[in-house]
Amino acid sequence: MSQLTEIVEQALAAIEGATDLKALDDLRVDYLGKKGQITDMMKMMGKLPPEEKPAFGQAVNQAKQTVQKQLSIRIDGLKAAELEAQLKAESIDVSLPGRRIENGGLHPVTRTIERIEAFFGELGFVVKDGPEIEDDFHNFDALNISEHHPARADHDTFYFNPKVMLRTQTSGVQIRTMEHEKPPLRIISPGRVYRNDYDQTHTPMFHQVEGLLVAENVNFAELKGILHDFLRNFFEEDLQVRFRPSYFPFTEPSAEVDVMGKNGKWLEVLGCGMVHPNVLRSVGIDPEKYSGFAFGMGVERLSMLRYGVNDLRSFFENDLRFLKQFK
Amino acid sequence: MKFSESWLREWVNPSVSREELSHQITMAGLEVDGVEPVAADFSGVIVGEVVECGQHPDADKLRVTKINVGGEELIDIVCGAANCRLGLKVAVAMVGAVLPGDFKIKKAKLRGQPSFGMLCSFGELGVDIESDGIIELPLDAPVGQDVREYLDLNDAVIDVDLTANRADCLGMAGLAREVGVLNRQAVTEPTWEAVSATIADEVSIDVQEPQECGRYLGRVIKNVNVKAETPLWMQEKLRRSGIRSIDPIVDITNYVLVEFGQPMHAFDLAKLDGGIQVRKPNGEEKLTLLDGNEITIPADMLIIADQAKPLALAGVFGGEYSGVTAETTDILLECAFFAPLAILGKARKIGLHTDSSHRFERGVDPELQQKVMDRASRLVLDICGGEAGPVVEVKSDEHLPKPAQILLRRSKLDKTLGHHIEDNDVTEILERLGFTVAVSEGLWNVTTATYRFDMAIEEDLIEEVARIYGYNNIPNIAPVAQLSMSDHKESNINIKRVRSMLVARGFQEAVTYSFVDPKQQELIHPGAEAMILPNPISVEMSAMRLSMFTGLLTAVGYNQSRQQNRVRLFETGLRFVPNEAAESGVSQQPMLAAVIAGNQNDEHWTMESKTVDFFDLKGDLEAVIGLTAADTEFSFRAATHPALHPGQCAEILRDDRVIGIIGTVHPSLEKPFGLNGKTIIFELELDALLHANLPLAQTVSKFPANRRDIAIVVDDAISADDVVKLIRKVGENQLVGINLFDVYRGKGVEEGKKSLAIALLLQDNARTLEEKEIAEMVDVVVSALKDEFNASLRD
Repeated sequence: MSQLTEIVEQALAAIEGATDLKALDDLRVDYLGKKGQITDMMKMMGKLPPEEKPAFGQAVNQAKQTVQKQLSIRIDGLKAAELEAQLKAESIDVSLPGRRIENGGLHPVTRTIERIEAFFGELGFVVKDGPEIEDDFHNFDALNISEHHPARADHDTFYFNPKVMLRTQTSGVQIRTMEHEKPPLRIISPGRVYRNDYDQTHTPMFHQVEGLLVAENVNFAELKGILHDFLRNFFEEDLQVRFRPSYFPFTEPSAEVDVMGKNGKWLEVLGCGMVHPNVLRSVGIDPEKYSGFAFGMGVERLSMLRYGVNDLRSFFENDLRFLKQFK
Repeated sequence: MKFSESWLREWVNPSVSREELSHQITMAGLEVDGVEPVAADFSGVIVGEVVECGQHPDADKLRVTKINVGGEELIDIVCGAANCRLGLKVAVAMVGAVLPGDFKIKKAKLRGQPSFGMLCSFGELGVDIESDGIIELPLDAPVGQDVREYLDLNDAVIDVDLTANRADCLGMAGLAREVGVLNRQAVTEPTWEAVSATIADEVSIDVQEPQECGRYLGRVIKNVNVKAETPLWMQEKLRRSGIRSIDPIVDITNYVLVEFGQPMHAFDLAKLDGGIQVRKPNGEEKLTLLDGNEITIPADMLIIADQAKPLALAGVFGGEYSGVTAETTDILLECAFFAPLAILGKARKIGLHTDSSHRFERGVDPELQQKVMDRASRLVLDICGGEAGPVVEVKSDEHLPKPAQILLRRSKLDKTLGHHIEDNDVTEILERLGFTVAVSEGLWNVTTATYRFDMAIEEDLIEEVARIYGYNNIPNIAPVAQLSMSDHKESNINIKRVRSMLVARGFQEAVTYSFVDPKQQELIHPGAEAMILPNPISVEMSAMRLSMFTGLLTAVGYNQSRQQNRVRLFETGLRFVPNEAAESGVSQQPMLAAVIAGNQNDEHWTMESKTVDFFDLKGDLEAVIGLTAADTEFSFRAATHPALHPGQCAEILRDDRVIGIIGTVHPSLEKPFGLNGKTIIFELELDALLHANLPLAQTVSKFPANRRDIAIVVDDAISADDVVKLIRKVGENQLVGINLFDVYRGKGVEEGKKSLAIALLLQDNARTLEEKEIAEMVDVVVSALKDEFNASLRD
């Protein structure tokens, strides 16, 4: 029996002293394997008198369990230490930047147009576009700007010939839409327009969004209402708005809309009015039955006010240092 | 139009401040662009008279003066101005005066002589009048009066930006009328003693085109002194209206122009051969204008002529020969009504736009001419002397515009405004505007005024009522509309998805001009015809773009020269390709284009720094194409393009139709566009891209998929895409995936050939495929490749 105790003690000491999993496995084979020392003890049981067998067997089993248990504990311990070491080795500097693709961004003009489209889209306005090289009918005549109208001269038009020009306003899209669709109509048409003017505050190309609503019983108070809502949404501010009488050949009554700037000065942001009956007639809509309102706004101007852009020309330089500010 | 506030207040003087007045005018639709005081702030400057003027004993350029300012004692002032002389009326800054720039006048000694003040120039008082030396006031200027008061320097110049419809406000009379309406105040017109004829001289007038000239008045005034000086008050009023004083006759015609909005002209009577004709040119007639330019008069232009020659372009510009000069003694004054259509478009067509044509083309009151002729005659006689003949008037009533008769319905008014304005208010507004109104139940029968050329239809009156009532007194109401749903197609890809995909992949959206430098464009599209702007901003902005390449490559160069070493840009917009068959002779096609250059990634601690190549941009394009869920409808085919590298260029096809092009920019273009290294670009038709296939869900197989890799060797010239397409074609339903995962050239592969490694994914929906079936299918693929491309399996 003392031999067994000795073996167990040896085994436990060896397990304690083992430093890796391989050594532990060797010990397992050495003590508990088929030819292991404790297994061998069990084989000795056959030679014992029957009355001693139960006690001996119990003792050997006991020894076996003790060693086995110690082995397991030791293995778990070593494994845990190993994992811990591995984790420690794998630790990283989480503050380093990740592998990203740097986001690009929309041009501020597009960003502004998309916002405007969203506001009016919610009210059922459908986006329409049209040609930028336009004929005089759609750009002028149908808009009640006859050939010699003084307003034509104010437009600084880029002509290709007297009949064909770069559009000076996106209003032609209204005409094209009304030629093909019947009221009720709710459309907005964003796009590039062109004027022969280039200085600090003018670029020969810029963007407009025009809106048109034609239905029965459309009125000026509603035009005021919708534009008020729009401006409040656009600037996300309850800023002062005023409607000022103005003149456009294609609307009557006509108005310009100013908002109060941060500097306490009024800034013109919109032109609008009730669609002139001649415009409705030119596309075969009865002005006694239907009425409409139209409005137009300069996209760059609105973007400048919204995002604090100082130089109009920066919109078309495509300088990445400028563009990247619009994420 | 610029006008003097105090001149306006001579006509109508509401008790409102300058700011309030500007606000009123603006809110009535006459937008005030600016308000400028006519003089800077100063005080303590009074009218004085030089009663002694002697040479300074110790300084050549100084004079020692004694000035009478109306006090008990004369004031000693030393003055350095060359024009300082005895008897002059001057502006005296007294001791204690404060001049602009906070310049305080103190007692001083100049080279030993005491000086108790200063004689001022206009410049020193911040008045924008050009003159040498000190101010020379009129001899009747009252000594001792404050100069600000005497010269009316508390006045301001108000600049209104008049819209094309408000010709009636192109004169003080009209502006005053408007201000009167806004303030419910009567307007006081200036009065003068009428001029009756004292001589019998007259010039006959023959109006041959009464439809263009409904009224023509002429009056001879003899023995005028054109060397007389225009009175200071008139010079000042003109100056504050933005008009320079020239000579008294021109000043007078300009004065009545600003006063009543009526252009006039004066001829030198001595230069006229016989009577006046108002007619169209006879054949090719020439005329030298007042500015010295000789023109051939366009056939449709109305002219003023005598029996022998043209004298002036009617209502536009006078001729040089018949104009008033320093030698003129006798004049013929012209005051006429020319119809807008006689002027509209015609003056501008020959590059002329004058104060006169500006007014006539917008409409001058046809009832004004007699009054204004008399006004001008009175001013000529008062300022230049002379004797006036009778006024000769030729008029054609039928050709003079009549005030419009318009019915305004209560129902229409309410319906248009969405707001009810009381009957009395409506009537009152219309009457205040000078219209004649007959009121009946729900109806106003309105006769407008001859000076309102913009009144024609009911809506015009509605605007007038709303304008005077105040737009901002009309409430804001949410529109009521029919909730009809518009058509939506799921298969239409919204352009926004394309944009956001590119943005997510690191592209910045660009907006380049639609017109480009034709020379740069020629490099990209040699020999291609573009639309050219006849009057561009500059030659560099004169050709309509045939593609977005020119704009985008220019933008790349621009950024690379500003230390941007990773450029990714895209743009959407129209290209303009001349096409006889298309509307307006040009097809205007929406395109999507993108360009990359420089580094693949921003420099990063763990990523390799690499320069972009063709497949970077192709990958971006494929991602966009992926939005269509129709990748297999698209293909890329090797192609050439003058702007692109011949070996790195492909046409983009959808359903075998070419819809765009992608490639590496040709190295020869790098220099002209300032490009720094490899640049890849594509452009394709947006319409061809924006159509998607809708998902059609398939059952997902429950059985395992089997992958078999094959490596085949083919000629280098054979495109990978053709190989994949053939495999797709011969593969049965069970071939569910094909992936080309390696391309290899080099050791072990014959020169001129390449090895393609392709994974075939085989699967059946109903059962597990057997090894034999799989092998057979791979064999089918391999033998098809062998037949088509002479491909061999790589050992």
